Amino acid sequence: MSTNQEDIQALVRNRTYSAGFVTDVDSETLPPGLNEDVVRAISARKQEPEWLLEFRLKAYRRWLKMTEPKWAHVHYPPIDYQAVSYYSAPKSMKDAPKSLDEVDPKLLETYKKLGIPLREQEMLAGVQPQVAVDVVFDSVSVGTTFRKKLAEAGVIFCSISEAVREHPELVRKYLGTVVPFGDNFYAALNSAVFTDGSFVFIPKGVRCPMELSTYFRINERNTGQFERTLIIAEESSHVSYLEGCTAPQRDENQLHAAVVELVALDDAEIKYSTVQNWYPGDENGVGGIFNFVTKRGDCRGPRSKISWTQVETGSAVTWKYPSCILRGDDSVGEFYSVALTHHRQQADTGTKMIHIGKRTKSTIVSKGIAAGHGQQAYRGLVRVLPGAEGARNYTQCDSLLIGDKCGAHTFPYTEIRNPSAILEHEATTSKIGEDQLFYARSRGIAEEDAVSMIVNGFCKDVFKELPMEFAVEAQKLLSVSLEGSVG
Amino acid sequence: MLDIQNLHARIEGKDILQGIDLRIGAGEVHAIMGPNGSGKSTLSKLLAGHEDYTITDGTVSFDGADLLELNPEERAAKGIFLGFQYPVEIPGVSNMVFLKAALNAQRKIRGEKELDAADFLAWVKHRVKQMQMNPAMLSRGVNEGFSGGEKKRNEILQMLVLEPKLMVLDETDSGLDIDALKIVADGINLMRSKERSVLLVTHYQRLLDYVKPDYVHVLAGGRIVKSGGPELALELEEKGYGWIQQAA
Repeated sequence: MSTNQEDIQALVRNRTYSAGFVTDVDSETLPPGLNEDVVRAISARKQEPEWLLEFRLKAYRRWLKMTEPKWAHVHYPPIDYQAVSYYSAPKSMKDAPKSLDEVDPKLLETYKKLGIPLREQEMLAGVQPQVAVDVVFDSVSVGTTFRKKLAEAGVIFCSISEAVREHPELVRKYLGTVVPFGDNFYAALNSAVFTDGSFVFIPKGVRCPMELSTYFRINERNTGQFERTLIIAEESSHVSYLEGCTAPQRDENQLHAAVVELVALDDAEIKYSTVQNWYPGDENGVGGIFNFVTKRGDCRGPRSKISWTQVETGSAVTWKYPSCILRGDDSVGEFYSVALTHHRQQADTGTKMIHIGKRTKSTIVSKGIAAGHGQQAYRGLVRVLPGAEGARNYTQCDSLLIGDKCGAHTFPYTEIRNPSAILEHEATTSKIGEDQLFYARSRGIAEEDAVSMIVNGFCKDVFKELPMEFAVEAQKLLSVSLEGSVG
Repeated sequence: MLDIQNLHARIEGKDILQGIDLRIGAGEVHAIMGPNGSGKSTLSKLLAGHEDYTITDGTVSFDGADLLELNPEERAAKGIFLGFQYPVEIPGVSNMVFLKAALNAQRKIRGEKELDAADFLAWVKHRVKQMQMNPAMLSRGVNEGFSGGEKKRNEILQMLVLEPKLMVLDETDSGLDIDALKIVADGINLMRSKERSVLLVTHYQRLLDYVKPDYVHVLAGGRIVKSGGPELALELEEKGYGWIQQAA
C-alpha cells in the first residue's frame, strides 16, 4: 500500500450514501407529462385561489418559450420533461394531518432514519436547543413542529400550501417578487408546477425564538421535486433557517428544481443554511439528482442582512447560485459555501451580489473540493450599480483537489459602474498533499481520518457560519462522503 | 530496540541506501552525520514508513516486530516518532485537534483508553509550558504561518505529548537560533530515559553540545562508513567529511 495519488483516489472511491433507502408509502402520483391540464390539476388538488392558478399558467406559457441554460460547466444527457411526474403525495396525507399523531407512522420512521425525530423534537422541548422542523416528502409537507410556541411569538412557519390557504394576502404580496416567474428556465418551470415548500413570516421586531428547519425528501420513482420557499422578515426581525435534503438511491436521474425567495425589510436579518445531500449517483455516474435551484434574497430595507451558507455534498449535477440583491442602503449580503464533488459529480455553483444601495457590503467565501472524477466550478458575479456609492465586496474562493482526475474551475465576473467601489478577490487551488497525509499518519492518524481532517480544516471558514448543531452534522457528512476502503 | 540489517532502498530507480547496519539499544542516543545526499533523510523517513521508497534488501525490526510490515500509523502507535526536517502545514486544523486525534488514535491502536477533553487539555498545556510556547498556539492551524523555528519547536512539543519510544529527529537543529536550539535540546533531554532511544540526524556538531550522544555514525554513499563515540563528531567538525569518504 502506498500513499500515491491512486490510493488517495481509492480512498474516496467507495462513498457510502446512508440516506439511500426507499420508504414504501402508498402514494398518489400524477402520470408523467406536462401540459396546461397538469398545471390546472396541481392547482385544483391544492384548492388554490384563482390568482395563483393564473401565476402558474403565466409561468408555464413563458417556460414553453424558454430554453435550458447551457452556459454552466456541466454536462448531462437531455432531460425529457414529459417523462417526469409533477405531483406525488403520500395517500394518507390527502386529508392533511392535524397533528403528528395523524402522520403515517412509516413517514415518521423515514424521518427517524434520516436522523430527524419529529416526535422526540416535540417531547424534548425545552431540554435541547430547540429547532422547529417542517418536512416535505415528495410534493407535500407532512408536518411542522413547535407551531404553538412559534405562534405565540407571532411567527408563521408552515407549508407554503397552507400559507396560501391561511395567509393568502401575504403570499400574494411577496410570491414572485424576488424571483419573477419568468426569471430563468428552471424558475419558470418551478413557478408553474411547484407543489410544496416552506413559508416563514417573522413580524416586525421579532427575533424568532428558535432555529427553523425544513427537511426535503424525494421518495417516489420518476417524480421531480419542485419546492418553493418564501421567507419574509419584517422590520428589525431576525430568523435563522436551515434546510436539509436527501433522496433514495435510484438508477435514473431525478429532477429537483426549487425556488427560494427571501425578503428582508429594514434592519431585518435572515440567515439561510443548506445541507444538501441528494443522492449523488454511483461511482460510474449512474443515477443521482439533477439539482437546478434558484435562490435569491432581497435586502429590501436599509441595514438589512441576508446570509447564505451552503454545504453541498449531494446531487449528480448542481446548478445553484444563491444571490443577494442589496437594495437598501447599508445592507449586507453574505455567501459561504462548501461544495464537494466526487465520482462523476459536477457542480457549478456560486453567487451573485447585486449592489444597488449606498455603502452596501458583500462577502463571498467559497470552498470547492473535487475528488475522483468530480468537476467543480465556482461562478460568481459582483455587480455594482451607479448609485451604489461606497460599495464593498470581498471574495475568496479556494479549491482543493484530491487525486489527479478531478477538476476545479473559477469564473469570477465583475461589473462595476461606480468608481468608489472597493473589491478584493483571492483565489487558491491546492492539492491534498501526500506530504500532509504522511505527516498526519506518522503521528498515528489513519489515512481516512487524515483526509477527512484536512478537508474539514479547509472548510473551517464556512462551517463556523453554520448553526452549532448543524456544523457538527456537516462535518460528519463530509467525513462520510469521503469514506472508502484503504488499500 | 531497533535493529537494521543490510538495508537497501531506492527511489525512482536510484539506489539511496546500500546496506545499512545499525542497532540502537534502549536508552541510547545515536547521532547520524554525513554530507548532503548521503541518505540521512531517506533513512529517517523510511523508519517512519514513508512509502515512496522501495526496499530492495535487508530487514528492520523494532521491539521484536518486523517494522517494514507496518504502515505509518501503526509504527507511530508502536512508539516511533519522526521529527520532520520540513514540518508540514495543515491549514484550518488546530494544533489541539491534531494532537488529540493523534494521541487518541495511538492509544486506540494500543488498546488503551482514550483521553477525554479535560485530561488531554491539562496534559498538553503542561507540555506547552515545558517548551516555553504560548498556549494560544494550540488554537492555531498546525504549523500554519509558523516561522521555521516555531515549526521545529512544535515538532518537539508533539513528541513530548505523544511520548514515543524511539525519537528520530531529522535535522531538527537546522534553522534554529541559539535560544531556540537550547529549548529544543532541553525538550529532547526531558524525554531521555532508560526506556527511550534517540536517533539524531544532523549536519553539525552544535546540537550534540546539548544532547550528548552515546554513538556517532557517519553516513556516506548510502552506508555507514565509520562509527565511534562523541569524539567522532568533534573530529568531523574539525576535518569535514572528505577524509572519511576517501578512507571508505
